[in-house]
Amino acid sequence: MIRKIYLDHSATTPVHPEVFEAMIPFYKERFGNASSIHLFGREAKVALDESREKVAGFLNTDPLEIYFTSGGTESDNLAIKGTAFANRNKGKHIITSSIEHHAILESCKFLQKEGFEVNYLQVDKYGLVNPDELRKQIRKDTILISIMHANNEMGTIEPVEELSRIARETGIYFHTDAVQSIGKIQIDVQKLGVDLLSLSGHKFYGPKGVGVLYIRRGVRLTPLSHGGHHEKARRAGTENIPGIVGLAKAIEIAQRDMEKEESRIRLLSDRFFDKVMQRIPDVFMNGHPERRVPNILNLSFKGVEGESIILNLDLKGIAVASGSACTSGSLEPSHVLSAMGVPPDLAQSSIRFSFGRSNTEEDVDYVAEVLPEIISKLRKMSPIYEQSKS
Amino acid sequence: MPYSTKVMEHFQNPRNVGEIENPDGVGEIGNPVCGDIMKLYIRVKDNRVVDAKFKTFGCGAAIATSSMITELVKNKTLEEALKISRQTVAEALDGLPANKMHCSNLAADALHKAIEDYKNKKKKPESVSKRDE
Ligand SMILES: Cc1ncc(COP(=O)(O)O)c(C=O)c1O
Ligand code: FES
Repeated sequence: MIRKIYLDHSATTPVHPEVFEAMIPFYKERFGNASSIHLFGREAKVALDESREKVAGFLNTDPLEIYFTSGGTESDNLAIKGTAFANRNKGKHIITSSIEHHAILESCKFLQKEGFEVNYLQVDKYGLVNPDELRKQIRKDTILISIMHANNEMGTIEPVEELSRIARETGIYFHTDAVQSIGKIQIDVQKLGVDLLSLSGHKFYGPKGVGVLYIRRGVRLTPLSHGGHHEKARRAGTENIPGIVGLAKAIEIAQRDMEKEESRIRLLSDRFFDKVMQRIPDVFMNGHPERRVPNILNLSFKGVEGESIILNLDLKGIAVASGSACTSGSLEPSHVLSAMGVPPDLAQSSIRFSFGRSNTEEDVDYVAEVLPEIISKLRKMSPIYEQSKS
Repeated sequence: MPYSTKVMEHFQNPRNVGEIENPDGVGEIGNPVCGDIMKLYIRVKDNRVVDAKFKTFGCGAAIATSSMITELVKNKTLEEALKISRQTVAEALDGLPANKMHCSNLAADALHKAIEDYKNKKKKPESVSKRDE
């Protein structure tokens, strides 16, 4: 039987069994609409309130500042467009980074068409935003700064505390996309000093299609969907109670297991990295060697295109992702690796291994075993790899 | 998987990988869409392509089309070889996903370029090409 090894946890994760258990009643006997005043509705409302409290506790804030959404993409859209529209009388300038998720970048591009001006901060070779560079770009009419917490392609952790301090000094709203950092590093909105923060359930063993936007009290924000008075009229639509309950449970588990999981995953990732570096020549790590969420390892295999590596690993039952243009759908190589100055051929050769709960030492040893053969076979086929080196 | 069985078969067991020593024609093409690269070598005898080999840095479709075109072109006259288009290759592979059709350009263009290269070399008088070496 072919082994199945999932090393794409940054794309999505399976729902944790405890999360699934917690959700089931809310699809069945406790299916009520939280806006109804009868027993069924009240049950749903209690579950909603409890979930909100759990999330607030985890983020170290007040439940009134927690808004449930349909996921990371919606949270990012609401944060960017919502604050931009609400504060356009104050200014039309927004600052973000060149390595954000498309949910941020495309929201910003949309706003540019609406007359806003956006600066995309450059990053260094590790993918880090420079606080001095942020300072320089701030204008009188800057209304929002959005810099992600941990990057989804190579895991680099941005200096959010330092960046948000700059925003605070100048009275500008600061948003961070923490979709990839939850469960890996502590997220305390007071310590981080952010005004808005996005989360997504399915990246930490919760369900898909549910997310959170933290909005600090006093932040002016225009809703994007209009309808009922759900989520304090900032996000209309009947609440996805099973999803929300699942997300809250997933947060509880993440909090409970973070320390243990974090160090376990770090060991796995390091073990894998060491074996790969020993066995395969001309491999380069993308991202910061230390300032990085431990579960993401992004490596470029010189001379070999990413999709051809993915397909070969897939045939062995191993699931990974790539920053190669050939796999992106848009046929652009990774904007993240390009922004870091990774040469195009190495961006084409990048593979993201993202580890998670299901992975064991045997798993990573198996991958480290089959990988050298695959790379060497593809390099023999490559017109841009000097064979003599291997 | 979005690829046909035939594509995957050629991807897993590509035919004619490598280089030809002192080839009669070489065609090198970079894919302007995604940045990938293919190099195709041909040996020509009596107006016929008698051997073809390739090296490709590219996706599954690029590797499979490279492999397929080296098979298709063997023992074809130059005129027949020039008629091989990206559609010919894609069809021989039981089709390609829509967003991967551009990869088959790589193979067809590299072949046409290799034939062109062969013709250019032949045009040059022997003495000139010797002097060039
Ligand atoms: C950093 C980041 N932001 C936003 C998202 C979007 O989240 P969702 O899939 O919940 O819409 C993702 C996941 O794809 C992500 O990695
Ligand atoms: S060669 Fe790059 S997508 Fe096919």
